[in-house]
Amino acid sequence: MAVQDDSGGAVVRFENVGLRYGLGPEVLRDISFSLMPGSFHFLTGPSGAGKSTLLKLMYLALRPTRGLISLFGNDTSRAPRSELPQMRRRIGVVFQEFRLLDHLTAYDNVALPLRIGGVREDQVKKHVMELLAWVGLKDHMDARPPTMSGGQQQRVAIARAVIAGPELLLADEPAGNVDDRMAVRLLRLFEELHRLGRTIVIATHNEALVRRLGHPRMCIEDGRLEIRPGLADPAAGAPSVRLAFPGDSEEFA
Amino acid sequence: MMSWRRFDLPNDREDIGRFLPWLVAFMVYLSIVALAGLLALERMTARWDHGVVGTLTVHMAPAATAEQNARRLKDATDVLTATPGVARAEPVPAARVAELLEPWLGPSVRDADLPLPLLIDVELRDEPEVDLGQLGRSLDAVVPGTAVDDHRSWLRRLVSLARAVEALAAAMLGLVALVTVVAVVFATRAGLAVNRDVIEVLHLIGAHDAYIASQFAARAFKTAFKGGLLGFLLAAPTLFAIGFFAARIEEGLLPRIEFGPVHWGMFAAVPLLAAMAALVSARTTVLRTLGRMV
Repeated sequence: MAVQDDSGGAVVRFENVGLRYGLGPEVLRDISFSLMPGSFHFLTGPSGAGKSTLLKLMYLALRPTRGLISLFGNDTSRAPRSELPQMRRRIGVVFQEFRLLDHLTAYDNVALPLRIGGVREDQVKKHVMELLAWVGLKDHMDARPPTMSGGQQQRVAIARAVIAGPELLLADEPAGNVDDRMAVRLLRLFEELHRLGRTIVIATHNEALVRRLGHPRMCIEDGRLEIRPGLADPAAGAPSVRLAFPGDSEEFA
Repeated sequence: MMSWRRFDLPNDREDIGRFLPWLVAFMVYLSIVALAGLLALERMTARWDHGVVGTLTVHMAPAATAEQNARRLKDATDVLTATPGVARAEPVPAARVAELLEPWLGPSVRDADLPLPLLIDVELRDEPEVDLGQLGRSLDAVVPGTAVDDHRSWLRRLVSLARAVEALAAAMLGLVALVTVVAVVFATRAGLAVNRDVIEVLHLIGAHDAYIASQFAARAFKTAFKGGLLGFLLAAPTLFAIGFFAARIEEGLLPRIEFGPVHWGMFAAVPLLAAMAALVSARTTVLRTLGRMV
């Protein structure tokens, strides 16, 4: 049974979280914040500031050395191991180094979260084809990651992260390997997810992108976190697509 | 959801899983040959047990005349049939005795007027057990010079030897099964170590341990079944060859080694059992190993 806490409806809540690797210094110190459902945040900060580490804590790849992390109202430190998969299925992750399975085709990589979730194969096919078409990889569905360019791999990774319609989407430099046109296109995908009520956190170095969309940013520096309000009008980056996920009633427009 | 057709894990090209089908093939081959030996021995000892153990032979020195001989045989037979536990006692005709001695004494034994021993063929019941010492003394009192030749004492030793060989074959089967399981466990552990990254990604995407375990289990089943089938295909001609050569050895020394459909069904079940053992071992190994991870 999941342990409910008083997170006040927050999707993610960190309370005085600290993390150190082994006996080293604390990489993250006294991190406290809450992400409400449907929020969109950029995570910025210099290289090595701890952006990826913070994301890892959020997608349950790391456990904090101190403090409390709750996801979807569940205290992760008290959740038994058997409950982690259910929590992880509500999170979509675009890993910085993609972490695609090299022996699987682009199609199978994207299909993986649906298959793990037990979705019927005809439904898997429908959604994977739609999403691959959207990220411009319909002609590469049988290609394996090692034969694809960095940008193509990145798009497969993004498609895999969003295919199951996660409630929380975490992306580590999702536009790092693509040209500006594709970066904007991919961000529209995130915007569309945001429009569907998902909670989004995108770690990026791309200041132009951050300014363009104007969402609030989580700035991390020297292991400490500060949340700053957005600067520009988010309407500038309004999406022009409609996505559907298994479980959603909306279809592609 | 478990899928038997689709694997999310890379093929074992480099790790020890590559040798698993060959190992299982060898183990299944050994198992089938051991099982065949076990079944053949089983049949042989059963035959000895029921056919020969319940008999004994009484023999006595011949007298001077045929009449005296007939008298001796009748007296001894009377004592035997009166003994509880004796099912049947029948004097062996002199012609048959000569026939039995012919291989040692030559064909002239039939015509020569030799003092051949007098024999009585005795068949015993299982219950009550006959006290052979007492029987020997009773016979000796009636017909001096009578000896009871008990097949049971040496046959029992032969049967117990055969039983020991059977036990050895059964132990070998057990050992082969154990080695197969250990090999699968090590191959699975190696597979877990080699595919650590893939497994971490599957976990982070939301895969349960059971999903990952089912992937390993399905692959172990497939690998072991392939190897097992090869072992079976190699064992079949071996069994035919053993049967062929055993048939050429003098009849009677060995029973004919022939296997019926039931036996072949048992042999065909060995690869399937090996595959099932591999499946269970792989699944258990993955679940235990992953369960220890944070």
